Amino acid sequence: MNYTFDWSVLWKGQSGEWLWLGLLTTLELSALAWLLAVALGIVSGALRTVPWKPLRMLATAYVEFFRNVPLLVWMFFWYFGVPPFLPLGVQDWLFGHGLEFWAGVSALGVYSGARFSEVLRSGIQSIPRTQFEASVASGLTTFQAYRHVILPVALRLIIPPATNESLNLLKNSSVALTISVAELTFQTRQIETYTAKAIEALTAGTVIYLVLCVSIASVMSWVERRTAIPGLIGGGDRRGRRGARG
Amino acid sequence: MIEGLDVIWRNLPFLMIQGFLGFGTFAGGTLRLAIPSIVLGFLLGIFIGIARLAPVWWIRVPATLYVEFFRGVPLVMVIFWMWFIIPIVLKTSIPEFGVALAAFVIFEAAYLGEIVRAGIQSVPRGQVEAATAVGLSGTQSMRFVVLPQALRNMIPSLVTQFIVLFKDTSLASIIGFMDLTKAAQVVNNREVRPFALYLFIAVVYWICAYSMSRYARYMEGRLNPASG
Repeated sequence: MNYTFDWSVLWKGQSGEWLWLGLLTTLELSALAWLLAVALGIVSGALRTVPWKPLRMLATAYVEFFRNVPLLVWMFFWYFGVPPFLPLGVQDWLFGHGLEFWAGVSALGVYSGARFSEVLRSGIQSIPRTQFEASVASGLTTFQAYRHVILPVALRLIIPPATNESLNLLKNSSVALTISVAELTFQTRQIETYTAKAIEALTAGTVIYLVLCVSIASVMSWVERRTAIPGLIGGGDRRGRRGARG
Repeated sequence: MIEGLDVIWRNLPFLMIQGFLGFGTFAGGTLRLAIPSIVLGFLLGIFIGIARLAPVWWIRVPATLYVEFFRGVPLVMVIFWMWFIIPIVLKTSIPEFGVALAAFVIFEAAYLGEIVRAGIQSVPRGQVEAATAVGLSGTQSMRFVVLPQALRNMIPSLVTQFIVLFKDTSLASIIGFMDLTKAAQVVNNREVRPFALYLFIAVVYWICAYSMSRYARYMEGRLNPASG
């Protein structure tokens, strides 16, 4: 191994600025996709447990279709496939306002929404059916029962697996580099291209991702302790960071 | 719509035989990459999972660090690491297949190792005690008593993780490996039918992943009454 390290490439020239911009884009992309994913996840996750079959099937179709196809394919689909079918005005606006960014948000958000949906469904199903029956018996409508009884408990139960999914979303945002969103991995590659110092550039990117993931995980474990439901053994799956990723 | 179907029909051999299966002029193939990645990743995962539970700290701590490290880093990053570091370490470049295989095996072993660890922990302690009581050594009781039962319990989570790995192989296309995704890109560069092409490969991925997930659910149903 005859590789000469030169760590100064990380602070000389534009590298620092690139990494900072990349970090901001990663956070922006992940935050917007997260909002979309949580909204889709809550709606479809709840719909998958309602007593009316057509709604359940619609939500199931969404979840099964989107989560069983690679995110990379969705990136290409939203970036290359969808825009030609949009109205001209929307197309113009998108081409002027970073089409790749919005395609990335849609791909990541809709894909992760299907995964959040599974998390929420298992949370709802872990609540005894009698809670729902008791709510209806005391005069609440189905919607009210979900809004005031089922969801508030389910959302607290699912904090560990939902944190896990959120971290997956953050890590998956790196796939957006394939449609040239200038996020963190993209900028890491750019530093490598300009300085030919691959190990230094990749180390910088890797350390930033690790710090992000570890800090989010610690904040969420604090939130989990704060919102734990008294009387339950663990408030759901204690080892929440276990589980699938994709 | 008809034109889209026509494009797929004309390029079907290239997409499926070259891209999906991996036979043809280019080094590629989704299945050709996915199958060895799953097998080798699982083997490494078993070692990592056992190492995570080792009684001595100098095995347990490195294994834990390994798992925590790879679960905090995006797979794309690991692929680039392999892409740049293998030529530096080996002083020679290796084909994309080798780079992608190394990245997937090392990365997925961290996740599979956690599943193996959880599976081992789900075996009642009495089983190990009984194995020791009848005179088996530590390795023997792991090999003949604990692992067979643990593997049974982990089948559903394992299949779920295999699906994830299967989908992740699409990322090998970013270093030029000619898998299904790359094949669709190549065809699209020539034909410019992105909607039809990407939807088509989405359906191919979907059929594989969905049938695997049905199998996982079926196994879950079969295993639960026995273990409960």
